[in-house]
Amino acid sequence: MLELKGVSKRYAGGELALNNVSFNVAAGEVVALIGPSGAGKSTLIRCINQLVQPTDGQVLLNDSRLELLKGRQLRMARRQIGMIFQNYALVERLSVMENVLSGRLAYVGFWQSLLRRYPAADIKYATQLLDRVGLSEMLDKRSDALSGGQKQRVGIARALMQRPALLLVDEPTASLDPKSSRQIMRLLCELCREQNLAAIINIHDVALAQQFVSRVIGLQQGAVVFDGKPEALSEQVLTDIYGLEDWQEPADD
Amino acid sequence: MTDISGKDVRLNAARQGVWRPLPVIGQRWKRLTLNAAVLVYLVLATSSIEVNWARVSQGMDRGLDFVASFTRPDFMSRLDEIGLGLLESLTMTFVATVIGTVLAIPVGLGAAANMAPTPVYLFCRAVIAISRTFQEIIIAILFVTMFGFGPLAGVMTLAFATLGFTAKLLAEDIEDVRKDALEAVKATGAGWLQWVNYAVQPQVMPRLIGLSMYRLDINFRESAVIGIVGAGGIGATLNTSINRYDYDTSAAILILIIIIVLLSEYLSGHIRRWTA
Repeated sequence: MLELKGVSKRYAGGELALNNVSFNVAAGEVVALIGPSGAGKSTLIRCINQLVQPTDGQVLLNDSRLELLKGRQLRMARRQIGMIFQNYALVERLSVMENVLSGRLAYVGFWQSLLRRYPAADIKYATQLLDRVGLSEMLDKRSDALSGGQKQRVGIARALMQRPALLLVDEPTASLDPKSSRQIMRLLCELCREQNLAAIINIHDVALAQQFVSRVIGLQQGAVVFDGKPEALSEQVLTDIYGLEDWQEPADD
Repeated sequence: MTDISGKDVRLNAARQGVWRPLPVIGQRWKRLTLNAAVLVYLVLATSSIEVNWARVSQGMDRGLDFVASFTRPDFMSRLDEIGLGLLESLTMTFVATVIGTVLAIPVGLGAAANMAPTPVYLFCRAVIAISRTFQEIIIAILFVTMFGFGPLAGVMTLAFATLGFTAKLLAEDIEDVRKDALEAVKATGAGWLQWVNYAVQPQVMPRLIGLSMYRLDINFRESAVIGIVGAGGIGATLNTSINRYDYDTSAAILILIIIIVLLSEYLSGHIRRWTA
């Protein structure tokens, strides 16, 4: 469904952020993208929805080449790709419901969205999603009144509101406590299974990734150095990805 | 649109596909009363403005005269006065902006609620309020009475106005700085001045530079206005030419003011990009 062919990105400063990255993701497949800070994980997922323009290579979503699209066509492609962010990226002064409905912006016209006249079907679906993430009681709350875990649930509902085919998830748990982190990962993976959604999840926490996903891609200095089952992440592989460290010691967190 | 703010009612409606954002004012009668009051006031206020159409049609000619003179500005016959006036205005503008901005820094710090103890805060806010209450012309009249005609009164006026303007906006920027940096520098055991220098100054510097450039350009324009009440500069020259119905010279002066304001606009854009 998603196919990356030799994607490279060189930033204006000359630094090579992605080096010839190729892989496929099938519908319904949930992939964790791991690697040290600065390995190019954020750049990679932004190259998929063209928030960052790759310097080289092809990004194919259902056989259409995203890196060639512009203007309206690019927006139509983007609405099939939901994005979830590390710091939730909610519009804090808008209510929970408005944040969720903003996932429909590429579907409704400007005046409709300005006057908040969303189609009844959208409002029903937004309520269903809020029920699904357990926040329907909060629909009129301003989103800055929510806790971190709750904000991320709203972020998930907003992304799903686009009825996407693919989710790009950038460090969804980095600002959350261990319990909320597990809840968010479980929720994401369940939703992907329910809706047959593909997802690429950037994540620092290797143990958390192993617990929930079926496939792991390891990135090191912009290149893929591992692609396989989470069980195959041996000490040697982790050293390849992150550099030498004693992986058996319990981590601080 | 029905007025329902009960949570369950709204949730059930949304399940049926009916949802509108919560109104800012909860109670329907308050909302309608306020809307009606604003509407009535607008209608009454508009109808209370008297327009003397005969006078307007007369004045149109004179106004057109004034506008027409822009097509034939006369730079030459009063060249010396214009040159001196502009030079004086520019000098007043620079001196007043520097003095005003320097004074605005301590006052702005004192007027930021997260920096200063309450008595200092109240005092600095009062200084700002006084400076901002009076329009430049009124202050200029006061200073002209105190120091006599000429650019000294103009500099004092502009510096005082700059102080209030810059201090208020600077204080607001200081109140919006990121708290974590404030906390981190305080945690090192730094003194108050070090704290300001390391945690606050780097965060507000772009804003302060932008404000002082903006104020420079306001002060130049104001210098043309306060000259009319005797505070020196190009305004005095402009006023004289208008009083003599020498609109061609007035037009030349206004065109020069426009050019200088445009130049300063262009320059301040550069400086702000360069210091960002």
